[in-house]
Amino acid sequence: MNTQILKIAGLIVITVTLLIGCGESSDSEKDSTDSQEEKQELTDFEMRNGIGPVDEEITIDEIDPELAKEGMRIFDMKCGACHKLDSRYVGPPLGGVMNARTPAYVMNMILNPEEMLAKHPVAKSIGSEYPTRMTNQQLTREKARAVVEYLAQESQ
Amino acid sequence: MNKLLKKSLLWPLTAVAAIGFLSMGCSSNGEFGSSSDAAEKVYVAPGEHDEFYGFFSGGYNGQLGVYGLPSGRHIFTIPVFSQAAVNGYGYSEETKAMLQTTDGFVPWGDAHHPELSQTDGETDGRWVFINENNTPRIARIGLDEFKTQEIIEIPNSAGNHASSFVTPNTEYVSAATRFSIPMKEDNLENMDVSIDSYKENFKGTISFIKVSDEGKMNIDFQIMMPGFNYDLSHAGKGPSDGWSFFTSYNSEEAHTMLEINASRNDKDYIAAINWKKAAEYAKEGKGKMIPGKHYRNYIDHEEGGIAKSEVIEEVRVLDPRKLEGIVYFLPTPKSPHGVDVDPTGQYIAAGGKLSTVIPVHSFEKMMTAIENKDFEGEDQGIPVLNYDSILHGEVENPGLGPLHTEFDGKGYAYTTAFISSEIVKWDIEKTEVVDRIDVYYSPGHLMIPGGDSRNPDGKYLVALNKITKDRYLPTGPEMFHSAQLIDISGDKMQLLLDFPTEGEPHYAQGITADKVKKRQKRFYEIDENNHPRAAKSEKATRVERDGNEVHVYMTTIRSHFAPDNIEGIKVGDEVYFHVTNLEQDWDVPHGFAMKGANNAELLIMPGETLTLKWEPKKEGVFPFYCTDFCSALHQEMQGYVRVSPENSDTPISYSTGQ
Repeated sequence: MNTQILKIAGLIVITVTLLIGCGESSDSEKDSTDSQEEKQELTDFEMRNGIGPVDEEITIDEIDPELAKEGMRIFDMKCGACHKLDSRYVGPPLGGVMNARTPAYVMNMILNPEEMLAKHPVAKSIGSEYPTRMTNQQLTREKARAVVEYLAQESQ
Repeated sequence: MNKLLKKSLLWPLTAVAAIGFLSMGCSSNGEFGSSSDAAEKVYVAPGEHDEFYGFFSGGYNGQLGVYGLPSGRHIFTIPVFSQAAVNGYGYSEETKAMLQTTDGFVPWGDAHHPELSQTDGETDGRWVFINENNTPRIARIGLDEFKTQEIIEIPNSAGNHASSFVTPNTEYVSAATRFSIPMKEDNLENMDVSIDSYKENFKGTISFIKVSDEGKMNIDFQIMMPGFNYDLSHAGKGPSDGWSFFTSYNSEEAHTMLEINASRNDKDYIAAINWKKAAEYAKEGKGKMIPGKHYRNYIDHEEGGIAKSEVIEEVRVLDPRKLEGIVYFLPTPKSPHGVDVDPTGQYIAAGGKLSTVIPVHSFEKMMTAIENKDFEGEDQGIPVLNYDSILHGEVENPGLGPLHTEFDGKGYAYTTAFISSEIVKWDIEKTEVVDRIDVYYSPGHLMIPGGDSRNPDGKYLVALNKITKDRYLPTGPEMFHSAQLIDISGDKMQLLLDFPTEGEPHYAQGITADKVKKRQKRFYEIDENNHPRAAKSEKATRVERDGNEVHVYMTTIRSHFAPDNIEGIKVGDEVYFHVTNLEQDWDVPHGFAMKGANNAELLIMPGETLTLKWEPKKEGVFPFYCTDFCSALHQEMQGYVRVSPENSDTPISYSTGQ
């Protein structure tokens, strides 16, 4: 498993270099080329909840239907051009995503896709299966939270 | 040789030839200590930003060029008065209305004088105004999105040259007609009369356009003027706030061979306009409303950024012969061109094209003369002040063909000399030349960032040269105009850099980059997109037929269109592609090009909706694609439209990814 991740990481490095070229700062390039080091840099929290502005556990006990409805509206507008719930499209299907990932992880993926794709081994691994890189759709934290509520509802 | 030339004004041609010859014989680098000194001063390291934005009019390309200074790098071109195939400005359904006029759709303009908006006499980074000379108009460009947001037409004008200059708090932007035309006394209507009835029938107008806090422009009043040619302008500031100054030439009222016939009088005039007083008259309902149909075209941000046109039927006109105290003529030598007010607002310098001195009027003396009615007479009902009573001083030996002046805020003025191809620096109080530098060749305007404001950044000066000749690799008969950057931070001017410009930059304006950078929009929030035909998600994409009109509601995101397969279009249809870019990332526009469309591509900014009209003429299957290399899979970003014969019954259908 570990070697596979390393191989995938290698592939991503090549892809990242090809895609981003010199656009990225030298800092992030250094980070993405040294996967050993960066894996050590990720804390357990980050492994579980991703890297980005959401640095606390988010728990969803009972679905708030109003919030989920707003989440659906935002999902359709900002995410739906690439993600479907039930099938692979430009990006992976998200109908069951909340069964596999924490709310904070998904929020960090939405809010900080560049760094997640460069540093987080899970995001890198999934990302390598898709030719188009996830873009930053500039959601606010509140809107990302609403999207997660919607996805949690759909994952039930 | 200089002496000899001064004796006769018939020598300028010889002078041009001689000086041109001399200049070409000299070092083409101009004067500076060493190349590496100069290089260091203009070097902006990769990834670093320039210190100033420069906004250079595009002249006959009708656009506004944006440059970084001191590097001279051309960083953007803002489409203003001309259609721009590069992004579909003036072609797309959303922007066509911007170029609408009472003469119909005019796809081109001649843009001369950009002017930054000001607050308290200083540039504030909100807007740039720019005039159009041929079809009289003024545009307002928003520096939050670097887009033309409004264009207003100027009625009763025939060549909007002395424009677009702002008052110190952008209360007004002014305009004046370069060409006078026959106008009826009572309603300023153009007349079908013999051209040689010039003296009897021809008139000019000066217009003041009110600018609201949001930037909306409306013509508050026009002032009816004698039939001279009104050339350039600048508003007063500080003590002279409330006044504007307009040069006029052709006080001879010639209508043919102006190069000879309009150059006879020893003095023409600067028209000093008390705009505050005129505005009071207008507010009191003085003067009269006359027919003056004109267009106001504006981007409606309330409705998806679609350009709308409004037709205004009337305009207020003030007659200075009846309304006392709004116009005075300041006699000024030899067909003055530029008129520039120093940062303190006390002095008014004029560039008499054919004059051997630069006359500098004193605002204080002007006011005293007006108070004492110290007039030498009047011209067509306008009081003419006494030259000697209002003169602060004359700058001797200012070079040949002085045109325009800017200021450094340290007590010095800089004037271009067109014929002798130089810039002269002079002391404003002493009216004495203190330094001069050759430029290559024949400068028109010059620009110091903030150089016409109350607070110039007196570090660099840009000479906007009219003739390029041998400065760059030759490009056939036509060459881009040359600009030159000069260091004015020390006692001696130092030439630093040559750089080419687009079209013909007449005037330019510069501003500290920080004032503009902080206002930048990076994308349009898709949730706030209020375009009536936006598809704000892939779910909302669709194709609808309404008679022979077909509306395609399409979205783009890296790297596909939705829908990307469309059938049921017929020959003879009018197809409207309403393309919404769902991206929310800075600098990720998508392009949209349709084979066989008789207009231009669309370049759709993130979160924006634009519409391309296509009238298919042949049956078959036609591709469309993204023109802006947007991602690694940009080449995959394409789609097909099937076109069936006019009388076929292929149903409308569309899909993505099936």
